[in-house]
Amino acid sequence: MKSELLDQAVITFSSRSSNEGFARAAAACFAARLDPTLDELADVKTAVSEAVTNAIVHAYPDRLGKVTMRLRLYAGSVMEVQIRDTGVGIPDVEQAKTPLYTTGSEERSGMGFTIMESFMDMLKVRSAVGKGTTVTMRKRFSRRHGATG
Amino acid sequence: MPITVTHQNGAVTAALSGEIDHHGAKTMMDELGELIATRLPKHLVLDLSGVTFMDSSGIAVLLRALREMNRLGGSLRVTAIPAQARRVLDAAGVGRLITLD
Repeated sequence: MKSELLDQAVITFSSRSSNEGFARAAAACFAARLDPTLDELADVKTAVSEAVTNAIVHAYPDRLGKVTMRLRLYAGSVMEVQIRDTGVGIPDVEQAKTPLYTTGSEERSGMGFTIMESFMDMLKVRSAVGKGTTVTMRKRFSRRHGATG
Repeated sequence: MPITVTHQNGAVTAALSGEIDHHGAKTMMDELGELIATRLPKHLVLDLSGVTFMDSSGIAVLLRALREMNRLGGSLRVTAIPAQARRVLDAAGVGRLITLD
């Protein structure tokens, strides 16, 4: 899916839980340029919320760190969201993606990756222990009349 | 994220509102836990009509309420689920565990 990059935005914020709402609002605001449906916009917000929460909860268990969100819009109504941290990393990505698996506290359900996978068209997780994790997700929006790209 | 509580014929309805994410989930869990522990309802209904956003943290909130109601031998029902929250619950298969209206 290599197509023309229309625009991009990069936002770095600290791993405070209060930034979860900020990150999904920013992603939705940027996505709005491709004129997605309300449901598609809600899907992006939900997936971003899951990925950013993972970075905040798991990447920096005992300190504040940086989370970088890169948003890219491509021709053909495709949005790519990349959430990157430089935290502890995930020793076993496949295990982490298993439904109900969590190493988090009781307010985590272990369903984050399942939701990212079902709400976006593509999910890729790259992680190295001690170096950090990068989650890349892509979604193609339905082409509506007047949409850019 | 205030919780509004109404009480009728042994059933307690708690209306949740606002955005349920990891940032607010712990407080909401604790408030619901306290509600269950003090009112000991036979039936608990969670009304989600005022929920403007929910991610998987909301699933954890519902599952904890389910555990506490099971411990009391009571029932839990979730009603008035907005479309976005419904998609999250469906993706996670929560309907197999909790009655979703």
